[in-house]
Amino acid sequence: MNMRLATTAILASSIALAACSKKAPEQLPPAPADTTTNTPAPSTQTGPTVGSQSHFNNAVGQENTVVYFDTDGYDIDGEDSAKLQRQAQYFQQYSNVTFTIEGHTDERGTREYNLALGERRANAAKNYLVSLGIPANRIRTLSYGKERPVAMGSNESAWAQNRRAATVTVN
Amino acid sequence: MKFALTAIALVLSAPLAAQNQDLGQPVAEGGEVETVDEGEGLNVNVSYEGRLDDLGIAIPAFAADRNVPTPANANGTGALGRELARVITSDLRNNGLFKPTGPDSLPSPSYPEITAPNWSTWSNRGAEMLVQGYVRARADNKLTIGCYLYDMQLKSELVREGWVVGPADWRRAAHKCADLVYSRLTGESPFFDSRIAYIAETGPKGNRTKRLAIMDSDGANHRFITTGRSTALTPRYSPDYKKLVYLSYVDGNPRIYVYDIGTGRQTLVTQSANPTFAPRWSPDGRTILYSMAVGGNTDIYSVPATGGTSTRLTDTPGIDIGGSYSPDGSKIVFESDRSGSQQIYVMDVNGSNQRRLSFFGGRAATPEWSPRGDQIAFTHIGGGFNVAVMNPQGRNLRTLTRGWQDEAPTWAPNGRIIQFFRTERNTGKTGLWQVDLTGENERQLPTPADASDPAWGPILP
Repeated sequence: MNMRLATTAILASSIALAACSKKAPEQLPPAPADTTTNTPAPSTQTGPTVGSQSHFNNAVGQENTVVYFDTDGYDIDGEDSAKLQRQAQYFQQYSNVTFTIEGHTDERGTREYNLALGERRANAAKNYLVSLGIPANRIRTLSYGKERPVAMGSNESAWAQNRRAATVTVN
Repeated sequence: MKFALTAIALVLSAPLAAQNQDLGQPVAEGGEVETVDEGEGLNVNVSYEGRLDDLGIAIPAFAADRNVPTPANANGTGALGRELARVITSDLRNNGLFKPTGPDSLPSPSYPEITAPNWSTWSNRGAEMLVQGYVRARADNKLTIGCYLYDMQLKSELVREGWVVGPADWRRAAHKCADLVYSRLTGESPFFDSRIAYIAETGPKGNRTKRLAIMDSDGANHRFITTGRSTALTPRYSPDYKKLVYLSYVDGNPRIYVYDIGTGRQTLVTQSANPTFAPRWSPDGRTILYSMAVGGNTDIYSVPATGGTSTRLTDTPGIDIGGSYSPDGSKIVFESDRSGSQQIYVMDVNGSNQRRLSFFGGRAATPEWSPRGDQIAFTHIGGGFNVAVMNPQGRNLRTLTRGWQDEAPTWAPNGRIIQFFRTERNTGKTGLWQVDLTGENERQLPTPADASDPAWGPILP
């Protein structure tokens, strides 16, 4: 079984390298963190509450709150792990914050399998954060399968944006 | 007295329960249909030897013994007789079964003619068969409805039957008449007198409102079960039609609930913090199959429908999900990606003897065993998403549909028609479709909104 998983991982990553179809960064909104830091001398009293989604987004960069997957995949690759490390720093700094990882799929799958696949993706991200020292009891996973796409088209670019695990703070 | 008090308590508590559970008002259960003795029909062979989809059937208005008021129709039993014939005509026309002619372009036979057809009236209408019937209102408001099938060439009766139904169930008598005609002419089992559970969809693609709904096999008597405040998915009727099992996000997580149609109450299938998906009934209604993800790994479990201890049936590291029992209840066909992609497997009901069935390229998902046992319908994912069938040995693959994304087949009670849902590219709009086993006759089922996740129940009890 370990052998099989290892082979799958190698295959999946080599396919990702060959195809370069996984990410859709050109579609992603710019990180709002820059605008915050450019604002002159904000008072410490204003700004988002610690643990709120906007606080989390500002702190880690919104582009780092979502990791993306290959078709049918759930591997955490180098880009994903860099994002999750940023998230882990935040959750280590704010140790009272609990959060949900929402697993999603693209529309090109059957409904029930996609629910299970979304759950598998959310758990892959969760397990990585746990390996970085975030307690598992602070992390809830929630699969939406193909029910909540963020990109509405029926094309490779939209599907790449929808195959995701999004970290959402519970606050 | 005690009964009256219970009833009041139920009425008072219902709205509160609905708030907590995303449920609308309970749906009244259907009444009984009693078959009445219409005497012996003649046992003769059908004269027609051509293609059934070219078979002309004249279906004039059913005759009332006298036109009297009935709760089933504002214009009385006379108008109801015409409606009965319209429903039968629609049933027999759909899916390209026959070439029926309905009551609106035919003369209306008198009541005495129902059992003694005026052959000369019908002989020049190009119809090989004649369906006549009557409707009588009883003193208790119930209706007696009789149905007769005649062979025009033989000038002979082929079959007859009658039913006593409550006025709210008049359409069931029409479906039973259509079933009687269909079965007599094709030799197949009936399927019209049945219901469908499905998910009604509205709203934008990124945030669809999804409500559990039920309807008759022809789309009539449509009712919503849930209000749409939380997402509902993948319903299945219990074999006795008294319950629905489905997935709801009502507590924020995907979990399977059993909804009791008579009482309007619902319960979790299993008390677990883990997400549960893909519920199925066993053919005897005693067992529910479900799939549960633990730490991201999904396996199939079975649990008594009345509650109790779950039994884990699969234990591979891949996603094992769904499942459909063979009609005899001895085997389960299910979906697994243990080989690296979604494929179809079969196992004994206790989980033993698991082996892969699908080896024809592409992925294979959502297997459903035909009620006849001779076919397995599934979603074939190759270049696209198509509904296909294979035999229970995994051979004789036949692709039946060609939509952009067709998935989730469900069988008519007689295993002769498959319903599924089709998703449009880009818009994400969905609809219910039906196809016969030739793949030639495909049609969309009318629904009040977009529709997905159909589940066709057995013949009504």
